[in-house]
Amino acid sequence: MPLPFAQPFESVGGKVDAMVGEQFFNEMYEDGGVRAPYSRLAEWIDAAPEGHFARKQIEAETMFRRIGITFAVYGSEETTERLIPFDMMPRVFTETEWRRLERGITQRARALNAFLWDIYHRREIIRAGKLPGHLVWRNEAFEPAVVGISPPRKVYSHVVGIDLVRTGPDEFFVLEDNCRTPSGVSYMLENREIMMRLYPELFREQRVLPVDDYPRALRRTFASVAPEKCDGAPTIAVLTPGAFNSAYYEHSFLADQMGVELVEGQDLFVDGDFVYMRTTRGPQRVDVIYRRIDDDFIDPLAFRADSMLGVPGLLSVYRSGGVTVANAMGTGVADDKSIYPYVPEIIRFYLGEEPILNNVQTYMLRDPEDRKYVLDHLPELVVKEVHGSGGYGMLVGPTSTKAEIEEYRKRLLEEPSGFIAQPTLSLSTCPTYVDAGIAPRHVDLRPYVLSGEDVSVVPGGLTRVALVEGSLVVNSSQGGGTKDTWVLKE
Amino acid sequence: MLGRVADQLYWMARYSERAENMARILDVADRMSLTPQDDNTRITAWYSALEVAGAQEGYAESHGEVSGSNVLHYMALDQDNPSSIFSSIRAARENARALRGTITTEMFEAINATWLELRAMDEMVLSAAGRRVFFDWVKERAHLFRGVAEGTMLRDEAMMFMDIGLDIERADSTARLLDSKYHILLPSAEDVGGALDYYQWGALLRSLSAFRAYHKIYRDRVSAIRVAELIILNAEMPRSLRCCYDRLVDTLEILCGDDAPECQRLTGRLHAWLRFRRIDEIFEQGLHEFLTDFIEGNADVGQQIARDFMMVR
Repeated sequence: MPLPFAQPFESVGGKVDAMVGEQFFNEMYEDGGVRAPYSRLAEWIDAAPEGHFARKQIEAETMFRRIGITFAVYGSEETTERLIPFDMMPRVFTETEWRRLERGITQRARALNAFLWDIYHRREIIRAGKLPGHLVWRNEAFEPAVVGISPPRKVYSHVVGIDLVRTGPDEFFVLEDNCRTPSGVSYMLENREIMMRLYPELFREQRVLPVDDYPRALRRTFASVAPEKCDGAPTIAVLTPGAFNSAYYEHSFLADQMGVELVEGQDLFVDGDFVYMRTTRGPQRVDVIYRRIDDDFIDPLAFRADSMLGVPGLLSVYRSGGVTVANAMGTGVADDKSIYPYVPEIIRFYLGEEPILNNVQTYMLRDPEDRKYVLDHLPELVVKEVHGSGGYGMLVGPTSTKAEIEEYRKRLLEEPSGFIAQPTLSLSTCPTYVDAGIAPRHVDLRPYVLSGEDVSVVPGGLTRVALVEGSLVVNSSQGGGTKDTWVLKE
Repeated sequence: MLGRVADQLYWMARYSERAENMARILDVADRMSLTPQDDNTRITAWYSALEVAGAQEGYAESHGEVSGSNVLHYMALDQDNPSSIFSSIRAARENARALRGTITTEMFEAINATWLELRAMDEMVLSAAGRRVFFDWVKERAHLFRGVAEGTMLRDEAMMFMDIGLDIERADSTARLLDSKYHILLPSAEDVGGALDYYQWGALLRSLSAFRAYHKIYRDRVSAIRVAELIILNAEMPRSLRCCYDRLVDTLEILCGDDAPECQRLTGRLHAWLRFRRIDEIFEQGLHEFLTDFIEGNADVGQQIARDFMMVR
């Protein structure tokens, strides 16, 4: 049987495919052969009878809908609940590949937490001249209200989601760190659950490292950062904005799996030095709050006064060590776009180690040398505004016309310090089930690092896939889906 | 347990029970409309469905005159009627969704599947041929939900708040249903024990799943006073007021332990009032007056439970 996707992009794709298609690393096929991690999967795909995957797809969708994994889409009444597309072709890593990634992301999380402690205390990194101070002071995510507060074990970001892309067998790049309230881990867990229900035979034959320990690891992490004032087993609660939040499913899922209460702001109140929840037996003290609401909304007395979601007085209890808030307030400064280029330096400064995972090469146009390079290579680069987000005001060199590039060049020259540039990344592809059959689609990966007493990662993560042919955008709001991510034991 | 969670469990159970009760009532009204009798009696059957739900006014505003097919639609599938089966299941499922961390996965899957199926239904399910299937489906799904809860939930506080919601709702519904028919239970000079009464009483018993129970217990032709006795005072009849309150007292006993909050006192008082009463006393007092008092007392118990446990601010 001929392999349905031996030739990448056999149908006519967009401009991107035509220009840089050959550069994409296909995680399943290499030099006409199947890469080792995918060998069993390839046999299994070949052996599947006609119509098999179409049937399985329907089965999977039914399962998801029954379990109720949906995310809310604001603004349209009929479709307030929608499924995130699930792709049933797993993405596979070998244990060796994984261990290297694991070392790289834990290193990064340790360094980012050390950085956060430092900038809310003595700011040694700025004194040492390794990071320009204004990148912190003028940063909107820098939170003056928490300066000087020392959270237990000096951990600020207990859960860090690190977005990675792959461009070759051993080439991984960190696209972004998420130190605030990274989401998506429930998809990692549910995707595995669904895959085990759909294809028990694959799990019998191959040793896929389990991810279902995550909730327990999360709970252990939180228990290890309980405030000193807490004696006995700490009471942990997950704080959600409520059932209409788009990630509510995940909040309740994690609370359920950890065996802790899922609370809303209205369920909590501050009395004296502690936070309590309203229970059927009266007030009960809460020691660790895993909050899934943003800094701005968490305490109307300290931040946004119009927030109905938070707990008035929470910050003062946090400051006096009566409660641990995970992730802590003010962590956003560590995952900001302007800090990102300095993360390798942050790793060297605090850990004295060389970074294991690379950043995407970032050119800062305020630097004369970088500026010269960028202006000479605009057709190959992606240029972004430093303070922009959501893909607005970007130049994607390879897909832009000459006129567009020249237009953008004028903007750059007007205020060079407002821009950064990066090479256009050739995101790797994985086999994906789409209407036309099984075809390669671009993917990224978000593993989750837990920091408390130890720093740990479960072997897996959330693989997001751009379902549209040729697309490099994996966001669920723009036609992205998710896959199960396997690490095969060796 | 969080007070808010207790409140949501309580209402999830109430709404689920409400959907089932409405399916029974509509089912019986539909059966009645197939039996040979005058138009007035048929309309009465449909009207009592509105009465039990307290939906007469809402119906009158949107539909005007009472007709079988309109009431059926209004009480079954109307999305804007807060007491329709559709709205009750939606509310039960909304609560269940917010309770994902508390109820079992199986319970959520059961109620969620019910909701998804219901949402996909159209008017066709209420066609003359389809409606019986629809009512059975609603009852089945409610039974499934309760059975799954029974079989998968820890016997802890959460289960108790669901039990409380169910018993309060069921007692309320039974009392209202009985009240909407009280006139046919009163001894009248003519036609006592006649065919018409038999149909009416039979329908009432059927809507409470008590038709066969009646014959099993009384082995006798149907009489008004015994119908009332069965539905109000019989401790073995699962939808009777007495039975609901027996369970409620037991549940609160375990839930409260030594605390003895106010709701326990109110419940005990209403329970004693039912338990040590004879049916002829009730008829002397007046059935309608008795039921009105009970419905109010039952509502007070529900409110006091909310105050005692749910930290309603």
